[in-house]
Amino acid sequence: MDVVETIVDIPTVIIRVDECKGCGYCVEACPVKVLVQSKKLNIKGYHPAEYKGSGCTGCGVCFYTCPEPGAITVIKK
Amino acid sequence: MAKNRLGKSSAFYDIYERNPSSDKTVTHYCPGCGHGILHKFIAEALEDYGVWNRTILLSPVGCSVFAYYYFKVGNIQCAHGRAPAVATGIKRAHPDSIVISYQGDGDLAGIGGNEIIQAANRGENITVFFINNAIYGMTGGQMAPTTLVGQSTTTTPRGRDIYNEGYPIKIAEIISILESPVYVERVALADTKNIMKARSAVRKAINYQVENKGFSLVEVLSPCPTGWKMNPVDAKKWVTNEMQKYFKLGVFKDVGKERKSRKVNGEKVPLNKVPDIIDIPSDEKKEISRIEKKSEEKFLKRIKIAGFGGQGILLLGVTLAESGMMEGKNVTWLPSYGPEMRGGTANCHVIVSNQRIGSPLVDWSDILIAMNRPSLDKFEPKAVPGSLIFYDSTIVNRKPERNDVKAIGVPFTEIADGIGSTKVLNMVALGSLIRFTGMLSPETLFEAQTRVVKRKEFLELNKRAIKAGMEFIDSLKES
Ligand SMILES: Cc1ncc(C[n+]2csc(CCOP(=O)(O)OP(=O)(O)O)c2C)c(N)n1
Ligand code: SF4
Repeated sequence: MDVVETIVDIPTVIIRVDECKGCGYCVEACPVKVLVQSKKLNIKGYHPAEYKGSGCTGCGVCFYTCPEPGAITVIKK
Repeated sequence: MAKNRLGKSSAFYDIYERNPSSDKTVTHYCPGCGHGILHKFIAEALEDYGVWNRTILLSPVGCSVFAYYYFKVGNIQCAHGRAPAVATGIKRAHPDSIVISYQGDGDLAGIGGNEIIQAANRGENITVFFINNAIYGMTGGQMAPTTLVGQSTTTTPRGRDIYNEGYPIKIAEIISILESPVYVERVALADTKNIMKARSAVRKAINYQVENKGFSLVEVLSPCPTGWKMNPVDAKKWVTNEMQKYFKLGVFKDVGKERKSRKVNGEKVPLNKVPDIIDIPSDEKKEISRIEKKSEEKFLKRIKIAGFGGQGILLLGVTLAESGMMEGKNVTWLPSYGPEMRGGTANCHVIVSNQRIGSPLVDWSDILIAMNRPSLDKFEPKAVPGSLIFYDSTIVNRKPERNDVKAIGVPFTEIADGIGSTKVLNMVALGSLIRFTGMLSPETLFEAQTRVVKRKEFLELNKRAIKAGMEFIDSLKES
């Protein structure tokens, strides 16, 4: 994925990997299923959520279902 | 509210400096805990309504005890179940503030059950968020009043049994049958639809307070994956499939449209007007103005008085504090005793100073008065080096062991008996204390007596006891 593509590709979701506790709520709740649980571990030892890289509609469901204040940011437009 | 970007609310701190742990970027909550979701809704609403800078959030005892790590608002952490009472005081003293009581089910429905009913019934103009996770999370998963029938917890290992524990308590229903509350709703942090409904309820409840409508409570069914021993996604499903069956969702009461906004009286009374308003006799007015007086040389005595119930420990403390006050000092008096009226341990903390007193707690004493052996055993280690220990040499059968403190044994009990009543041993102690230290004049003590002693027939006897205590110290000095 090249850089230009990620900037243009809005709506998008940004995940602060090390603030994620891997509860899986956002993965479950995303209506278009563009979030997955990463195979990698973050510094706390959780499998964080990961954006597939495209398809986010900016609905914000993942943001509201996530218990961590700063782990998810959704850019709508 | 249409926003281009959904992210961390500015009503949260960027970095949670108050959290002593090394990671100050995430909350202390378990993965999947509903507390975090509710925190986000509250923070977002406070930001959107522009009221975060006049909000006071009360955190409870329970997993959310540390809510003050996160919210960039005024914060107070309350005693278990008492947040509605604290909220009442704050809201009445600061009617312009937005007061939010945040409570769990053990806190609100268990130990604080009466507090919430009374605050709701008074129609306090506050907002209550009630996290119902059907368990005591913080203490490790004991049964809560809201635990479901059949749900196993550490204290109901075979499941909650209606014949033993009764049915789960329905707080939203109970609060909503009261006349005073304005808005009561139960929501669930479960599927997306209900999560968004929860968000709306939080906003409405806060907005009603912004409009000064009165009391609102939102009960929030919330996953506790740890307490329930489930993974977070299953815990959310358990909210939907089990909790919602018993705890019906919906608006139980909403009279916000009909209720007129209250008048908020923001007028502040200056301190020096208080004596006239509450009609304090004029010589005491002087003492009140003294509070703001800056003083010369530092004077600070932290006094711990300890013994058993019935020895007059508390009265000794009160007399000391009253006398200090009469001599123009700042004072505090903090009693601490067991549930029993007689017997049991009793102690009190008195601070007399010409400075402002930050906390009334006396952890380390400048003066310890030990009226019995357990008190000496317990508090001797907490005497400041170079400090004084007075002890009742009639009944304490050992001398203080520390050699970096000055120990003064006075037979309080024996002297009191000699005067005619064991009861006045506290006054004997007082007399010896002031004679040895010179910290207060005897005349002030006698005068203070007339204010604090209710049974006037004791005044004369007390005076003799104070004098006898002083004379004993004099006899020590002579010999
Ligand atoms: C006066 C008092 N009694 C008991 C406790 C022990 N205690 C701490 S938290 C708690 C229960 C909290 O449960 P809940 O309100 O449901 O909150 P949660 O932890 O589930 O969020 C209890 C009983 C205490 N701290 N203080
Ligand atoms: S024990 Fe339960 S209520 Fe407490 S932080 Fe963990 S999930 Fe939340």
